[in-house]
Amino acid sequence: MTSAAASGGLKAWLTSESPDSRIQARLGRWYGGWVSLRGNPLAFSGLAIVVFLLLVALLGPSIVTGSPFDQDLQGRLAPPSAVHWFGTDSLGRDILVRLVYGSRITLTIIFLVSVIVLPVGLVVGTVAGYLGGIVDAVLMRVTDIFLAFPRLVLALAFVAALKPGIDTAIIAISLTTWPPYARLARAETLTIRNTDYIQAARLQGASVARLLWSHVMPLCLPSVIVRLTLDMAGVILTAAGLGFLGLGAQPPAPEWGLMIADGRQYVLDQWWVATIPGIAIFTVSLGFNLLGDGLRDVFDPKGL
Amino acid sequence: MTETLEPREKTARIRRFRPLILLRAAFRLVVSIALTLFGLTMATFVIGRLIPIDPVLAIVGDRAPQDVYDATRLELGLDQPLYLQYFHYLKKLLAGDFGVSLFSSQPVLTDLLNVLPATIELATVAIVIGVFLGLPMGVVAASNQGRWPDHLIRVVGLIGYSMPVFWLGIIGLLLFYGQLGWVSGPGRVDAAFEGAVDPVTGFLLIDSLLAGNTEIFFNALSHIVLPASLLGYVSLAYISRMTRSFMLGQLRQEYILTAQLKGLSRRRVIWRHALGNIMVPLITVIALSYGYLLEGAVLTETVFSWPGLGLYLKNSLFNADLNAVLGGTLAVGSAFIGLNMLSDVAYLVFDPRAR
Repeated sequence: MTSAAASGGLKAWLTSESPDSRIQARLGRWYGGWVSLRGNPLAFSGLAIVVFLLLVALLGPSIVTGSPFDQDLQGRLAPPSAVHWFGTDSLGRDILVRLVYGSRITLTIIFLVSVIVLPVGLVVGTVAGYLGGIVDAVLMRVTDIFLAFPRLVLALAFVAALKPGIDTAIIAISLTTWPPYARLARAETLTIRNTDYIQAARLQGASVARLLWSHVMPLCLPSVIVRLTLDMAGVILTAAGLGFLGLGAQPPAPEWGLMIADGRQYVLDQWWVATIPGIAIFTVSLGFNLLGDGLRDVFDPKGL
Repeated sequence: MTETLEPREKTARIRRFRPLILLRAAFRLVVSIALTLFGLTMATFVIGRLIPIDPVLAIVGDRAPQDVYDATRLELGLDQPLYLQYFHYLKKLLAGDFGVSLFSSQPVLTDLLNVLPATIELATVAIVIGVFLGLPMGVVAASNQGRWPDHLIRVVGLIGYSMPVFWLGIIGLLLFYGQLGWVSGPGRVDAAFEGAVDPVTGFLLIDSLLAGNTEIFFNALSHIVLPASLLGYVSLAYISRMTRSFMLGQLRQEYILTAQLKGLSRRRVIWRHALGNIMVPLITVIALSYGYLLEGAVLTETVFSWPGLGLYLKNSLFNADLNAVLGGTLAVGSAFIGLNMLSDVAYLVFDPRAR
């Protein structure tokens, strides 16, 4: 009884029309987003996939037995069985174990690309939008130049100059991913710049840095995060593509694209070696696409 | 009445100043092309300098005496300041000198021209598939918003968006070539027919027809159908999604309702009036997806052993053939920029609002 009343009270508190504190208002907004996300089955399944990926990366290695590098040359290319659920690869390594450890590589790439791309895009975009004039013109020209680069090919050239590896791949991907964020942040800043509360903050003597950091950037975040979620699929696919070409993660790392490249030559007889990592890549990128689509509906209902 | 007069006055004014406005827009376009190309060449230049190989040692070998080393260094212009080196690099590029490929010992430009038709042929067949399926799908989805055709098309599109193309290629080969035997395997044409027709245009499908050799034509067709369909599917995903969202934007507007109230059939309103109005942004989308196809060629051509630009780039990379890699990057990059600008030109010509 009491718990039902409490949850009713919590719901009322969350959906209150006149929140008493900033935290209540913010939590209420999140709750509203959560409700509309829950009502969208496609987006919800996307969220489920992403959460599952997180759980696998966090807990997986302590649940599965064995290491992703354990070779068993007697049992190489074994089909899926009770011992090896997803079979073994050309060196007799368990594919399931490698998939689980590979999820950490995927997450690392996603995380690092976001950590590089978000601040760069936000700073360039808000500064250009807020200051305007020549600063705006120069920054946006630079953004346009980067925007016109073909992502994969530039990454290739970049990898050719430095050594192939995950870190090079991450830098190369980030270099071609940030420009849309700068554009988004600039567009948002232009609409925010002349609002009354910004004027008020400026009259109180807030510096440009403070204005941008605490009054402009937070308002850019929703659209930027939606875009980031949608972009994650592309980042995963590019990273896997680089791995597949032998330019991203290097053997014996259990990176999913690399695993596909490994299994490619056996695909006609031992289909599972190349097929299963591909399904993993597809599922994760589908998850981010579904979630991003749903988030966009929540945060930006007027959008497409 | 005054409200209907206003836009007319506006068009009259635009017509009067049209040459001037067009000129200004064209100037802005040229400047932006120049800037972007500057950025691209800058990137390849910097990458060429980043590489941890001493270009002088690569030529003279590490046993050359110091004076030979110094002379070659002078000859290559490596003693000059960087901006001068970049300037010389640009001058060479403008003269069509991309350097010599270490692997094929031919000028990189010759190599590029040899492999380009294969890539263009594949990308063109793919984009034709993507447009002819994706565009109607987008229209159908938009006019059935929220009903099952919309959901179905959305899911088909999302799957295409999320698919690693190289993996799809491998699975396609496994299924349609390995298991079912419906299509031919990797490569452009069976080895027996390799080089059997004179390369007039470089496009095998056209050349074989020109030579009147239907056997080779159908063989080449059976080779191209799988990679082109898979790539077509990926561009279909993008094109149908964008078509849907553009169409939704149109269908919301009042002229749609007006046209219907005047007694036009819904079909005519959708396919004529609304679709006609989104043609310009659609050209942009198609140009962009063509650019993505050229870029993605690196992966698909590797999977299908397709002897085009992508495979050339990838092989050059593994042969550490830097001139070839940078030349290929420039080629794809310029094509990408060109396609981007093409869509800007389309806006300029067809859409008065963009001026």
